[in-house]
Amino acid sequence: MASPLVSIENVDMRYGGPSGTLAVSGLNLRIGRGEFVAVVGPSGCGKSTLMKLTTGLHIPQGGSVIVANSQVTKPVSIVGMAFQNPTMLPWRTTLENILLPLEIVEKHRRRLRSHKSEYVAKAEKLLETVGLKGFGDKFPWQLSGGMQQRANLCRALIHEPELLMLDEPFGALDAFTREELWCVIRDLHASQDVTIVLVTHDLRESVFLADKVVVMSARPGRVIAEHMVPFERPRQLDLLYEPAFNEMVQKLHGEIATARAAA
Amino acid sequence: MTTLDETAPIAAPPRPAVRINWVRLAPLFYTIGLFVLWEVGVRISGLPHTILPTPTRVFEAIVQYWSPIWKNSMQTLYTTVLGFLIAVVAGLGIGLFIGWSKTIYAGLYPIMVGFNAIPKVALVPILVIWFGIGTVPAVLTAFLISFFPIVVNVATGLATIEPETEDVLRALGAKKMDIMLKVGIPRSMPYFFGSLKVAITLAFVGSVVSETVASNSGLGNMMASAQSNFNVPLVFAGLLMLAVEGIVMYALMAWVEKRMTGWAHRSTMAN
Ligand SMILES: Nc1ncnc2c1ncn2[C@@H]1O[C@H](COP(=O)(O)OP(=O)(O)OP(=O)(O)O)[C@@H](O)[C@H]1O
Ligand SMILES: [Mg+2]
Repeated sequence: MASPLVSIENVDMRYGGPSGTLAVSGLNLRIGRGEFVAVVGPSGCGKSTLMKLTTGLHIPQGGSVIVANSQVTKPVSIVGMAFQNPTMLPWRTTLENILLPLEIVEKHRRRLRSHKSEYVAKAEKLLETVGLKGFGDKFPWQLSGGMQQRANLCRALIHEPELLMLDEPFGALDAFTREELWCVIRDLHASQDVTIVLVTHDLRESVFLADKVVVMSARPGRVIAEHMVPFERPRQLDLLYEPAFNEMVQKLHGEIATARAAA
Repeated sequence: MTTLDETAPIAAPPRPAVRINWVRLAPLFYTIGLFVLWEVGVRISGLPHTILPTPTRVFEAIVQYWSPIWKNSMQTLYTTVLGFLIAVVAGLGIGLFIGWSKTIYAGLYPIMVGFNAIPKVALVPILVIWFGIGTVPAVLTAFLISFFPIVVNVATGLATIEPETEDVLRALGAKKMDIMLKVGIPRSMPYFFGSLKVAITLAFVGSVVSETVASNSGLGNMMASAQSNFNVPLVFAGLLMLAVEGIVMYALMAWVEKRMTGWAHRSTMAN
């Protein structure tokens, strides 16, 4: 088997100097190319920290983080990120917001000016995929929260990242919009060659979308269990109502409850 | 609403097309009201012109001394705007520098606050020693007094970028410079334009203070000499001209602010 895209080995991360909060300790995780991994765990266990370690926004005090065969010592540029808070820039239109990563990523920023129309077409296609066709020239404040989150996804995808990191991206959405976006992400993963790491509090979301669900312990976080999700792809929303699905969700729920109690 | 509506039925019929917009006209009415109150108050109390002239007497003085008033008004406007423009350029530059890093922000902020606490009047004698009396110290006082709010606002806009926005960009390989250009500077623009209204008002304070103690021209100097001649109506005429110039410049800055940063008034970021 090829080497994993992300390999986190025995990582310790402490915030705020030697006497600060130990966020994660003895963290081990491997993520294969093209895999869809969901990370669940009690609140404050270090899930967001795991995301920041993987993308190189934080450098761990102990252990090593290897992404695409090289040790992470600075932010890696093959990732797209989306957070719960959409962080759209209010002075740019939705389309300009989505094009923002292209102005940053080394590979694209030189081509952007000369190939503008090509990139705009691509952004418009992404908007269409998430159901925002024709909203490109609206400003973020003219969009609803759910629409902003969709645009946020487009921004995370525009530069075709190899690794997509999603930190509770659907947390603030209503159930219907959430399920709709689950399908968007599912189809995206199926149609493109992208590795996805999704942090979530919604266990049904994790089981529905992921190939592998990773359960973390309470702080200091480490991985206490990894579950392969057995359900066949392509998965339909009907899956949510099948007994086997609910059984798995319940098992995860029990594990996290135990992890919380152990803290 | 203060309109009479004793005849208004429950389902109001279409109102006549020409309706007076009371909110738009309110400033005019209130200003006139103030002058009327002033006029009546002075007449009833019988205060002499040498203590508090009536507005009609002040307007008389404006007409009578129009040529020197106009000349001195232009001089004050000139020193104020020049000092203000220098403050804008310097304030923007220093603000960007201070907001650049948390360390610089932390280190320079207390110094800036200390500097701001110094009454700028106290600096005028020093400026006179360095540059002599006249236009230069007036411009510099206007500059010194008005650049602080600009610096603070620009620096605050930069230093309060949401960490998540920064993370998204840094994860893409953005350098500090990219983050400043793409997020920091556009983000601090509403703060910057907002501070211009405060800064222009302060600039008038600076130039007039300096003209009063160390100049041969400008409204400050005109009022000082009118005062020593007991020409109180002329003093008030000067004050009135200052008020007019102040309102015009303030309105101009408010307009610029609105034009440049309309998005900030719509989005939730305006705070
Ligand atoms: N910038 C920081 N400075 C200091 N401590 C931090 C910082 N970020 C996180 N922590 C601490 O590290 C621990 C893990 O935080 P993290 O944000 O990774 O948790 P999380 O699993 O994402 O939580 P949640 O599910 O609530 O989002 C927390 O206890 C938090 O207090
Ligand atoms: Mg988190």
